[in-house]
Amino acid sequence: MEQNFQKQIKALTGMLLAFFGAIVVLIGGLLYLKSNPKAFNGPKKETIVPLETVAEDFDKIENGIHVATGFVADEHMELVVQNCTSCHSAKLVTQNRMSKAGWQATIKWMQETQNLWDLGLNEEKIIAYLSKNYAPKQQGRRQNLSDIEWYELEK
Amino acid sequence: MVVLNDRPWNMEAKAHLLNDRITPNKYMFIRNNGKIPEAIDLKTWTLKIDGEAVSQPKSYSLNDLKTKFQQYTYQLTLECGGNGRSEFNPPAKGNQWTVGAVSCANWTGIRLRDLLDDVGITSNAVYIGYHAADVHLSGDPTKEPISRGIPLNKALQEETLLAFKMNGEDIPLAHGYPLRLVCGGWPASTSGKWLNGLSVRNKVHDGAKMGGSSYRVPCETVAPGSKVEEDDMCIIESMPVKSLITAPKSGALLKGGKSLNISGHAWAGELNVSQVSYSTDFGGTWQNCELERPVNRLAWQHFKATINFPKTGYYEIWARATDSNGISQPMVLPGWNPKGYLNNACHRIAVKVV
Repeated sequence: MEQNFQKQIKALTGMLLAFFGAIVVLIGGLLYLKSNPKAFNGPKKETIVPLETVAEDFDKIENGIHVATGFVADEHMELVVQNCTSCHSAKLVTQNRMSKAGWQATIKWMQETQNLWDLGLNEEKIIAYLSKNYAPKQQGRRQNLSDIEWYELEK
Repeated sequence: MVVLNDRPWNMEAKAHLLNDRITPNKYMFIRNNGKIPEAIDLKTWTLKIDGEAVSQPKSYSLNDLKTKFQQYTYQLTLECGGNGRSEFNPPAKGNQWTVGAVSCANWTGIRLRDLLDDVGITSNAVYIGYHAADVHLSGDPTKEPISRGIPLNKALQEETLLAFKMNGEDIPLAHGYPLRLVCGGWPASTSGKWLNGLSVRNKVHDGAKMGGSSYRVPCETVAPGSKVEEDDMCIIESMPVKSLITAPKSGALLKGGKSLNISGHAWAGELNVSQVSYSTDFGGTWQNCELERPVNRLAWQHFKATINFPKTGYYEIWARATDSNGISQPMVLPGWNPKGYLNNACHRIAVKVV
């Protein structure tokens, strides 16, 4: 029993290390990009690789978020990952907010113009996931300024 | 820079990164619809001109373009039609741009009208559509990610270029190397990247993202959240008047002194900006900024002002530009539209006098 427990601890430690390793690589990539904005300047394709680093443990969930994609961990998320991220980044989904009808219309548009396949019985589940976790919220005609990083202005 | 999407690439600048008078390459926003083309061979790159309204189709090598026509350089404002989309309510679909999908770099190339003269276009020409080497996200080689264009009168303007250079050097790959159509003052999606074809059409071009709700807004204004029929949508042409405070960066704490220098840029699509004002009391009162003339038509204009604060506290500085037709930026969101285009509401930064 104790041996089993130790094994589990070992396995967990391994997973944690892999996860932190992936985070370090990702942050490294972002820092590289921040300090070398010219990475986008050259006509070479390989210069934009660092940001595409994917977390090694693909199933890792942290604070309710699927680490590898940024999706909210909830029922049917795996269908969304499978069907939505083979052509475009998950970021195109997670930055949007739409009603059920809105997500449905978006899927229809992608099927008509962007070669998205027939989602069959999964369509309803995918729309349920999206309209629950990425629903619009009222924000009025102008919101307060937010995320202000205060700093002392030098004269 | 803020990455909104990494497949396809979409990134924008934060306002304070756009403080340069001429936007450097590293702070220019990227809005890509497809995958960036790979393995570009300058020796075999050709620009093919065809369509219903050419005397006969003709192809040019890059070398032909660079050697047979006179070259011009203009500083041209390019703003994404969806810049500011993130503020719309109900929210609009697409990349959630805030304020930084705008740039004003130097572009060098040949005039599109000189090329069209050389090709020979017929009297039924109405629209120029572009074609490019980028790859559809699905990988389908028969699909173009985007193929938009401009009406003939915009194509014939002096400043409408087929550009090979951005800020004096080869255009960076992400911005359209080796050849880009550049149409200052219009939604930047009209400035096709990786250009390898132009169609001179006898009707409004019908390429990818010319129809539906793409780069189109309701011809008549609608209530927020309305469903708009396809036939009631009109193509966006000149961009509306807008301004951006680029210094200081939002969040400045002013210690000891109560005076602050602000600066930024203002632009108005095809028009000039005639005035920029600022307010420190949420629009209760407005003061004029010093405004420069544009370096050339379709280039943004620089403004600055020195603000004296009456007392300590939290302030927002709002900037409001007025175009040469007397139209000013709205303080709240302008007309809602399905895809969230043309948000030219006043830009604002936060300041604390302590």
